[in-house]
Amino acid sequence: MSIQTTAIDKQQLQATALKVREHIIRMATDGGCFVGASLSAADLILYLYSEWLNVNKSNLADPNRDYLFLSKGHDVPALYGTFVELGLMDPERLKNHLSIDDHIYWHPNTKIPGIEFHSGSLGHLPSVAIGVALDIKIRGGKNRVVCILGDGELNEGTCWEAMLVANAYQLDNMIFVVDRNQFQANMPTEDLIPLEPLHDKFAAFGAAVKRIDGHDFDALHEAFSAYPFHPGKVNVVIADTVRGRGLPSIERRADRWFCNFTATEIDSLLKELHGEHQTQLTSETLVVR
Amino acid sequence: MTYEELLTQQALADDRFVVMTAENRALVRNIYAHLGNRFIDTGITEQTMIGAAAGLALRGRIPVVHALASFLTMRAFEFVRTDAGIPNLPIKLSSFIPGFLSDGNGPTHQAIEDISLMRGIPNMTVFAPADEDDLLKMLPQIWNYPSPSYVRINTRKTEYEHAPFEFGRAEVIAEGSDVTILTYGLLFEQVLEAVKILEAEGLSVGFVNMRSLKPVDEQAILNAAKSNLLVSVEDHFLTGGLYSIIAEVLLKHQASAKVLPLALNEKWFKPSLLPKVLEHEGFTGKQIAERILGYNTKAVQATIAAQEFSE
Repeated sequence: MSIQTTAIDKQQLQATALKVREHIIRMATDGGCFVGASLSAADLILYLYSEWLNVNKSNLADPNRDYLFLSKGHDVPALYGTFVELGLMDPERLKNHLSIDDHIYWHPNTKIPGIEFHSGSLGHLPSVAIGVALDIKIRGGKNRVVCILGDGELNEGTCWEAMLVANAYQLDNMIFVVDRNQFQANMPTEDLIPLEPLHDKFAAFGAAVKRIDGHDFDALHEAFSAYPFHPGKVNVVIADTVRGRGLPSIERRADRWFCNFTATEIDSLLKELHGEHQTQLTSETLVVR
Repeated sequence: MTYEELLTQQALADDRFVVMTAENRALVRNIYAHLGNRFIDTGITEQTMIGAAAGLALRGRIPVVHALASFLTMRAFEFVRTDAGIPNLPIKLSSFIPGFLSDGNGPTHQAIEDISLMRGIPNMTVFAPADEDDLLKMLPQIWNYPSPSYVRINTRKTEYEHAPFEFGRAEVIAEGSDVTILTYGLLFEQVLEAVKILEAEGLSVGFVNMRSLKPVDEQAILNAAKSNLLVSVEDHFLTGGLYSIIAEVLLKHQASAKVLPLALNEKWFKPSLLPKVLEHEGFTGKQIAERILGYNTKAVQATIAAQEFSE
């Protein structure tokens, strides 16, 4: 069953993506957040919720909804920002980031309506997602299950274990999306644990693989409109992205993964996002882990 | 009735149940014929099996999962803790060949810290039936309890007919003033022997089959503490198991007792066939009695049945 490709409003998506990025940047102070990984995943998360997934405010408990699992987890500010822009979350709630009185912290949790499962420990949600996909298959459902993985996360053996099992059960209702931003926590992936040729690795595990520019809404739309990529095969989308995308002052910087900016820097970065100038960062660089 | 027959019956009566295994099929060889696609074998992937069980539970299923005790509790520990424990999902862990039941496999397969690990997980419940009769009496309530559960599967047959299971309650088999023995799992059958020997030596002997290690029957422990000597008998490390549980309960209630722990103290056991393992480690009924008495008796140890599984 292939879904008719409908047109997307690319300019509207780009404008919304800017707003999602503003939310992410505003969360990167008073304790900070994993801003680099959130900015790399922002476009693909926005695309999926906005254009592709059958998920909305009124069907969050409907067993026929689509599922999205955020396995890398620390990109959850991109999800919060997307939820706010799509009306799934009260924008005021973002001000509670890291508040002891709310549940908005560095990793996803199910106290936030719309988040299907908690994550933070890498390599867990591929298996949780295939459990959901298996159940949908058993019940003959048509809903789809997306699992977003970090590229660094692919170091975890359980990602590959899950690929073996998903292939064995021919879970063509499962789409793994790799946020291929080329960095793991402190290092470029290719300098630490090389992943390439990544397309071939997934293909060798039996998946139908597409590799696209993860910041290009047309490319995302073309790829996801081709679901299911191949009957009986697990779908994999490798989304080539840029860590820190949208903020040239932190893009592709290993030392700007987790950021806790000053209020002045936040103001400057919000302008930088809109192309005004580049920020002179004075806050401490943080290398977590 | 066997374990597999009971599980088949449960799953056929209630389609929330799915049966999973990480290619440990000893207990569930025939169930596929009855359950079809509600039987899921993930291959030798204990971690992925637990994660997938969580996904199935999110969709309203009750997965009963099977793997060797050591790999289920240790290789997959973080998945059990994170994907079953944190969300409090009703994933039912059927742990195969725990404790001495791994007999000839060697230390890689010896789950003798499983009780300690599993009871340390919030929301997890922990059970260790004495034999097949006890297992079959306990499982329906365990499977229908809305939290994750860990069960030391024990399908050995004894002559003993157990009382009906009350969730979280121990089975008090006898009360005694001189010594009370608390045990769980397969050592129940040896303690049965030990009690006979101790009684023949003129002692008043209490005997408690713990059944449920979490929640634990605190009153059963406090009552046992009234006898002159309390003995814990377990195929588990000394740390974290029943001996620790007894200490916690006594401290909590500001009670005290003289306690003799019979457990594996900072060591793995010597691998061999089960009867030889018990003898080597000092856990036959006769040896348990004599370790309590502090002297040898003329009692004759009953023959110990070999393990029926050799996987």
